[in-house]
Amino acid sequence: MKQMDLDFLDLNSFLTNEERVLRDTVQGFVTQKVLPTIEEHYQNGTFPAHLIREMGELGFLGANLKGYGCADVSPLAYGLLSQELEAGDAGIRSFVSVQSSLAMYAIHTFGNEEQRQQWLPPMAKGEKIGCFGLTEPDFGSNPSGMRTRAEKTGRGYVLHGAKMWITNGSIADVAVVWAKLDGVIRGFLVEKGTPGFKTQEMKQKHSFRASNTSELLFDRCEIPKENLLSKTDGLLSPLSCLNQGRFGVAWGALGAATVCYNVAKDYALSRKQFNDRPIASHQLVQEKLAEMLTEITKAQLLSLRVTQLKTEGKAQHVHISMMKMNNTQMALHVARTARFILGGSGIMSEYPVMRHMCNLETTVTYEGTNDIQKLILGKEITGIQAFY
Amino acid sequence: MNIVVCMKQVPDTETKIRLKEGNGGIQTDGVKWIINPYCEFAVEEALRIRERNGGQGTVTLVCMGPDRAVESIRTALAMGVDKAIHLNDPLFEGSDNFGVAKILARAIQTIPHDIILCGKQAVDDDASQVPQILAEQLNIPHVMVVEKMEVDVANKKVTTSRRIEGGAKEVLEVPLPAVFGADKGMNEPRYASLPGIMKAKSKEVKKVTAADLGLKPEEIGVAAAKVKIQAYSLPPERQAGKKIEGGDPAQVAHELAKWLREEARVI
Repeated sequence: MKQMDLDFLDLNSFLTNEERVLRDTVQGFVTQKVLPTIEEHYQNGTFPAHLIREMGELGFLGANLKGYGCADVSPLAYGLLSQELEAGDAGIRSFVSVQSSLAMYAIHTFGNEEQRQQWLPPMAKGEKIGCFGLTEPDFGSNPSGMRTRAEKTGRGYVLHGAKMWITNGSIADVAVVWAKLDGVIRGFLVEKGTPGFKTQEMKQKHSFRASNTSELLFDRCEIPKENLLSKTDGLLSPLSCLNQGRFGVAWGALGAATVCYNVAKDYALSRKQFNDRPIASHQLVQEKLAEMLTEITKAQLLSLRVTQLKTEGKAQHVHISMMKMNNTQMALHVARTARFILGGSGIMSEYPVMRHMCNLETTVTYEGTNDIQKLILGKEITGIQAFY
Repeated sequence: MNIVVCMKQVPDTETKIRLKEGNGGIQTDGVKWIINPYCEFAVEEALRIRERNGGQGTVTLVCMGPDRAVESIRTALAMGVDKAIHLNDPLFEGSDNFGVAKILARAIQTIPHDIILCGKQAVDDDASQVPQILAEQLNIPHVMVVEKMEVDVANKKVTTSRRIEGGAKEVLEVPLPAVFGADKGMNEPRYASLPGIMKAKSKEVKKVTAADLGLKPEEIGVAAAKVKIQAYSLPPERQAGKKIEGGDPAQVAHELAKWLREEARVI
């Protein structure tokens, strides 16, 4: 557990008792259930699906939501949950993020009562798995150009198109799929096994190896009219889900960075070179550790403040973009530096550092690349949109 | 069935212990505090006994400690304990095991109790005395180092199983009320679930002082302690391992045997 803790500015004193207890629970779960097998799953390219039900029982799924068997924890508690899960592995955190902030949030926000009753309680328990299909092979940063379309029929809708880079895709029981209906982006629920709906897991990844990433294919896939998320209306609907998702991604990056820093610090203190002295006594190593500690602490401060704003209902999407961009970029930098401090050992699975480093290549990319986050900020600063 | 669990908050087992200047005891700054692992078995067992009993009964936590103990109390409430009594008074500080048991006994006398579960020992001072003294104070039986408990609610008795020397098991039957000291292996404590944590927010934690229990300052704390701590010292630093060099296995074995006999004196 020690490797998951870093609190240079006593920010823990901002946590409520409940938030502390919650963090202990997640740290305990990660230490006992995730860490013992995560390297094996990562090496084999498999997602540890046996953890899903247990995470459901512990209330990790949809924890940010109210009602329907969800825990309704504070935004800070949700952030800490993400942080500690990613201290285990970004693949686990991502499963929870996608289930909670994307799939369940979409159904909770844009679904009708019947849809919520049908899906949210079993999804909170981990009995049903959700995924979120927005990105397409040719439309990543530019989702408004999506080609997937829905056509109205007598009984419901027919979907045509393809989605790519979908976390949980081939293990999901329900996909929240975004498609254009009469030119307007709307959300649809597509159940596993619906004729015309196929999934294909994307293998051969160098990152997020302990996570399921899939393609979703819709070939004249007919769904009943009840499966439209009727409150969805245009691109802003999926973007509001991403805003929730990015918040968890940003907190998760703090967990990965913290572990990398602590591992590098411990390694530097025990590894001896030149006259039997620890490499931590070398100025170039100390400079790296000092910078890592400072950067993580700054990111903690940013995260805490954005989370306070979110709690007060004042967080804007630009705040979350800044936090997502800063934290993932910082974490990737910290992970690479830690990898360097570990020398040759840094590339081995004996240490978690390179696994985190490779995972962070994904987190700087997905749910809006860091370039896009910067352009969102650029638009806020200048009033000029540079992506169109 | 009224179940009472006595819980102690202790430093995390991963804590690197440092001493205060002089003879002031252990440096507590920066220490992470947790539920004593044996007390965690007791909490879990209490919850399971209630679950096996169709959810009938009340589980009350009794914890003596300063303000910081609230965090551990909240953890137990989040695991499923119904309510808690927090024995929190500066006058309690410095109590020895006898004093702690006396304070706990006073508190427990104020509430209904059939089963009293404790950890068999706390991992900080490892004294393993409070449960037994507590039972004496309450004038009821106790069983220590309990691995398994079977509660017969109708007949108000408990059958316990514990390991004894030689690898044998001892089975005892005890009438209630009684005190039980939980051992490792009794169960695997659950995590506090997120809904449990949220639910615990509204559970009652009653703060109780010495005056509330009718205890006078001279009866408790350092003043009444029968055990005086003379000094604190850290265990000696671990010596570096010894390496016996040399290419010839027979010679190395000879050196090792000589060292084991003459230096380590184990053979």
